[in-house]
Amino acid sequence: MSLLEIKDLHATVGDREILKGISLTVDAGEVHAIMGPNGSGKSTLAQVLAGRELYAVTGGQVLYQGQDLLAMSPEDRARAGIFLAFQYPVEIPGVSNMYFLKAALNAIRKQQGMEELDAFDFLNMVREKMTLLDMDQALLNRPVNTGFSGGEKKRNEIFQMAVLEPKLAILDETDSGLDIDALKLVAHGVNALRGPERSMIVVTHYQRLLNYIVPDYVHVLAEGRIVKSGGKELALELEESGYAGLGIADEEEAVGKV
Amino acid sequence: MSESTQTIETFANQEYKWGFVTDIEADAIPRGLSEDVVRLISAKKHEPEWLLEWRLKAYRHWLTMKEPTWANVHYPPIDYQDIIYYSSPKAKKDGPKSLEEVDPELLKTYAKLGIPLKEQELLAGVAVDAVFDSVSVATTFKAKLNAMGIIFGSFSEAVQEHPDLVRQYLGSVVPTSDNFFAALNSAVFSDGSFCYVPKGVRCPMELSTYFRINAKDTGQFERTLIVADEGAYVSYLEGCTAPMRDTNQLHAAVVELVALDNAQIKYSTVQNWYPGDKEGKGGIYNFVTKRGACRGVNSKISWTQVETGSAITWKYPSCLLIGDNSVGEFYSVALTNNYQQADTGTKMIHIGKNTTSTIVSKGISAGHGQNTYRGGVKILKSAAGARNYSQCDSMLLGDKCGAHTFPYLEVKNTSSQVEHEASTSKIGEDQIFYCRQRGISTEDAVSMIVHGFCKEVFRELPMEFAVEAQKLLGVSLEGSVG
Repeated sequence: MSLLEIKDLHATVGDREILKGISLTVDAGEVHAIMGPNGSGKSTLAQVLAGRELYAVTGGQVLYQGQDLLAMSPEDRARAGIFLAFQYPVEIPGVSNMYFLKAALNAIRKQQGMEELDAFDFLNMVREKMTLLDMDQALLNRPVNTGFSGGEKKRNEIFQMAVLEPKLAILDETDSGLDIDALKLVAHGVNALRGPERSMIVVTHYQRLLNYIVPDYVHVLAEGRIVKSGGKELALELEESGYAGLGIADEEEAVGKV
Repeated sequence: MSESTQTIETFANQEYKWGFVTDIEADAIPRGLSEDVVRLISAKKHEPEWLLEWRLKAYRHWLTMKEPTWANVHYPPIDYQDIIYYSSPKAKKDGPKSLEEVDPELLKTYAKLGIPLKEQELLAGVAVDAVFDSVSVATTFKAKLNAMGIIFGSFSEAVQEHPDLVRQYLGSVVPTSDNFFAALNSAVFSDGSFCYVPKGVRCPMELSTYFRINAKDTGQFERTLIVADEGAYVSYLEGCTAPMRDTNQLHAAVVELVALDNAQIKYSTVQNWYPGDKEGKGGIYNFVTKRGACRGVNSKISWTQVETGSAITWKYPSCLLIGDNSVGEFYSVALTNNYQQADTGTKMIHIGKNTTSTIVSKGISAGHGQNTYRGGVKILKSAAGARNYSQCDSMLLGDKCGAHTFPYLEVKNTSSQVEHEASTSKIGEDQIFYCRQRGISTEDAVSMIVHGFCKEVFRELPMEFAVEAQKLLGVSLEGSVG
């Protein structure tokens, strides 16, 4: 049984159909990159998988560990091991990062029949994960994403992923807005979390990220459909010829040349 | 049938639904208010002549006053002649016989708030025959307080035992003629609390924590007077986080605080009276006058309030900063859900030199709730070097509720500093989704976000109160999102 099976998925926002029949299978331990120009539906796919109610699924099926994912609430998906690293991490003023993350972890642990961690054990565990992303401990006591720089927010997402240890991590344009040093750091964190029990879907516009997080498979999305799939070399091909080389219109032509 | 009696009747039915017998006529005097009624109340309480005169003066003034209409709240007219102004403490037999007779919804709420069974029984008005442990606990503490010279007890007791102290301070902060509801209270107040902390004494415990569950039924016109003499300190907790059984719809309380030189009073309130049902029927009208006078140099009065109950809240705990270097603080969380309305805030009157005040107000509106902050900062000419900082934040849940802010600033000298910040935010769908994506339920997410919003105020509450207040917010917001 595959970890994730997406079959002919259609989704709309308002009257507009954005996903027009996506099929994709992800097995345990695999890293799939989803590339595509702006407006191709990459982020929509990520959000639909996480259960965002803004989008209406109008057709198709998604199985996660053999179960109907689309029938699950967002929190149940999270508790079943699906993690979305947000493209735009959300600020929650007044709620400390530490408190938030502990609530999240314990909700997940409870669901999985594990004991909840107390503040002491939690802190020990968290400290270890922070070194992975070279994060300042002070960040733990600051309100969730509030007053964080763009780079800090993205790092914080991967840090959360390290703590929550998902089975399927979806990284939605985690590279956007990062300078090269921050990008390397984030990629280092992500790579450290790769393993046979963890699958990833890495959504990105640019090939650049894939130099650091080397995928097993690359899929090119255009106008709501996967138009081409291949191995990691497909990303390099794209870098050479751009989306235009595949006959795909892209308003931002400088693929991989930031 | 007039609208108001209809409202009262609805409320009475509500009570009945909860399984309470409202057979209070027998012990009560007839409905309505007159000089005779004021005399009767005073006589029943065996009050000295001066207090009767004081009440009568208030009553006569009240007759000349009009109910205020400037607040941003709407309710059917109150028929003041349809209210029973005195009833002797409710007999135990009137209450339900056991928790099994109490509305299960109420019990569910108690359970969510983690209130012990014994305490639940008291709150629900269950006739408990055996007087349980906490009474002796209370007595023990009372003896300890007495040994330190601290006077703490019911207002009626204080009138009998310490008439000079009461006479000296009663009405000295909120005069009988202050406003319509204060005048009414002064004429007919039933009971309340009195506290006096002598010179240089630091009260070693939060007053009323140990007393709240066996507090007497003080009724709808409560009067509280707290005096901290030179160098004294006291922290007073008012209210209870559990919804209280109450047969009165109109509440008009008066609280007066007096801090002398170098004295400090910290007054914390959690108010959770019956807010009315989901359709906005019934609920308590809470019209309260609270004011503290920082009379001495370096004195300090802090008000902290968490207001989640009542159908209508009309309340402005204020500070008169008379002594030089005195400090006034107001920290408030007001939550309105369903059809609740709150018009609350504070007044800081700077009179002495180098006086400072801080105002932090957090209003949360959900459902059809309407939340108004109304604040006045007045810096008189005499208050050289005065400073004020005000922060008023509003949070909206949903699109049918409202938040309103009316800050008034009046500065009469050039050496003062006044700062005001205000913000309005909405709990975003994106914030909730972010939490849910991390495995946190919608309900917990809302509670977490709201708690984060109120953090600066909760920080000011005594520890155990803060924990309860947090739970209470969660319960009050249930079903308001998603």
